[in-house]
Parts: sequence; structure tokens; C-alpha cells
Amino acid sequence: MRLGLIYTIITPENKLLLSAAQARGVELERISDDSILMDVHRTGDAASFDAVLQRSSSYSRSLYISQYFEEAGTRVVNSYATQRLFGDKASTSFALARAKIRTPRTIVACSPESARAAARELGFPLVIKPPMGSWARMVQRINDNDSLDAAIECREEMGNVWQKIYYLQEFVKKPGRDIRVFVVGNEAICAIYRNSTEKSGWITNTGRGGTASNCPLTPEICELAIAASSKLAGEGIYGVDMMEGPEGLMVHEVNHTTEFRNSIAPTGTDIPGKMIDFLIQHAKR
Amino acid sequence: MAEAECPECAGKIALMEGTEVGEIITCADCGCKLEVTAVNPPAVQKAPEVQEDWGE
Repeated sequence: MRLGLIYTIITPENKLLLSAAQARGVELERISDDSILMDVHRTGDAASFDAVLQRSSSYSRSLYISQYFEEAGTRVVNSYATQRLFGDKASTSFALARAKIRTPRTIVACSPESARAAARELGFPLVIKPPMGSWARMVQRINDNDSLDAAIECREEMGNVWQKIYYLQEFVKKPGRDIRVFVVGNEAICAIYRNSTEKSGWITNTGRGGTASNCPLTPEICELAIAASSKLAGEGIYGVDMMEGPEGLMVHEVNHTTEFRNSIAPTGTDIPGKMIDFLIQHAKR
Repeated sequence: MAEAECPECAGKIALMEGTEVGEIITCADCGCKLEVTAVNPPAVQKAPEVQEDWGE
């Protein structure tokens, strides 16, 4: 069986995955996304892999490389289609709404004028996010028209065209935390509370200073996490983010290359081990 | 044990056991982020900047 790990840099998660594979007696070949040549007429070495785990830090590299491996007939975890869906917050929100999964009210707009109209619909405070991006980068709480204008002006001055797609969302009143549920295959394996801190402000992302603590899995959490991930996009490996809103749990994001370094200790769950087991089970041979 | 040299400050870099190629480490002298390009003998280069599309 030939398995690969596609990466941009060897993150702590990637080291844990390499160790988990080694512990199972399988080799996870390192495939640097710096070095891949994607000849559209020749699959080359890509076809000889039975499955690859896509862990590129770069979303754009990840998409092309995943397509290349899938064209070669190799199973990619998570799949190209899954990455397209969950790597774009607007696409994710459309899919969640279509599936009638409770999610914050969200309006997507393509110009500063329509962004202001969207804000009038939603009311303040609201949250503005880049449709593509991660680690809470450029995620801003907007309390009034002045701060909305400032956010719009910044985005209009940026070179990245995706920043000019305005993704506005109602601000959900929640306890100072949200929930990250880890889904592998068709199972929610564990969850953490991501607690906001003085350092992280209203944001809960652990990379921004939020802290992780164990969140006991309930039937409601499990059902919602599965509905928002594997039922929407097929079996895979996901980090489903939910909030405890005034009307109950709601899903606001699904991560397709979920980080987990801070979640193993509080949950006591071997997350990388379960991910490698899934990869082995879904290898093509 | 062989050491690499920090491209920023010329400080000596000794890799910890288990370090992987592609891993990001920090120069103890200047705090610069470095990417490990080889482990035997050790070699490093300045780590790539975090890009706008990086994430999870």
C-alpha cells in the first residue's frame, strides 16, 4: 500500500500524522507541494499512490494538486470537491442553508454598495469575513456604519480579488466560546470548546490565543456535525465549528484540513491515529 | 554533532532528535523562523512567509 502526505511545511499536525502512520507500520511518504509537476497529459507518479492525505497549508496549491491526484485515480482525503465546498465560506453557507442546517444568517455581496445594503438587512453588530481564508484572518466584528466603511475601504485597497467579495453574517450572541467537532468518516470522534480569552478578544481561534477544553459529545452535537460534514460532502476528515446561539446549536464553518494539535490532550482522543486509520481504510487497493 | 547556520544571523543551529525536513524551527539567537531543508547534515533556509491562502 502506498500512502502519501501532501504538505507545504511540516506542521506539528503533520509530524503527529507521520508518527501515527509509523506506529501502524505503514509509511506515509512526504510529498512537498513545492515540488510537484502536474502534467495534464501524464499522471506520472501520482497514479501509483493508493491514497494521499491532503494537508497543504496553501488552499490554492491544495486544490490543483488534489485535482491532479484524483485525475490519476488516487483517493485524496479530503477530496477536491470537498475542498472546493468547505474552503469557500460562501459555498459552505449556501450548502448548509440548502440542507436546512441551522447556520447564522449570511448575505454575500459583490460591491461596497451592496455590502452596505446587506448590513442594513442584517443590522449591527455583524461579522465580516473573507470568503476564503483561515485562522480568523481579516474576520472583523462590525458595530456600526463607520467601522463597516473602514472594513470596506481596506478590502477595496487590497490586491486580492476575493477580499472584494463581501461575506457578511449576523453576530450570534453566544457564551465566550464555540465548539469544534472532529469528524472522521461518519463518526464524530471528539469535540473541544474553543474559549475566547483576553488575548483573543471575541475570537475563539486557538491560533489567536483562544484556549481548548474538552466538550462532551452529545447526540445533538454528533448529529449536527455529521449532517454538516460527511452527509453534505461524503465521508472525510472534518472540523465542524458550531456556536451555542440563543435558539440552539448552529454551524458556521466546516474545516477540511482541520488542525488538532491543541485538541488531543483535552479530549484524550488519538485524533491523528484515527485519521491515519481512515486513510488506510479508504486506500484504493 | 553537525550544525547548520542561521541565514539571518549566522548563529549555530543544532537540530533536535526527530526533526523532519520541512519543519519550521526558530533560531535561538535571533528568533528567525527557519525551514529545515536537510537533517543529515543539517541545513536550513528562511521559512516561507505565511500566505493569504494558508489555513485549515
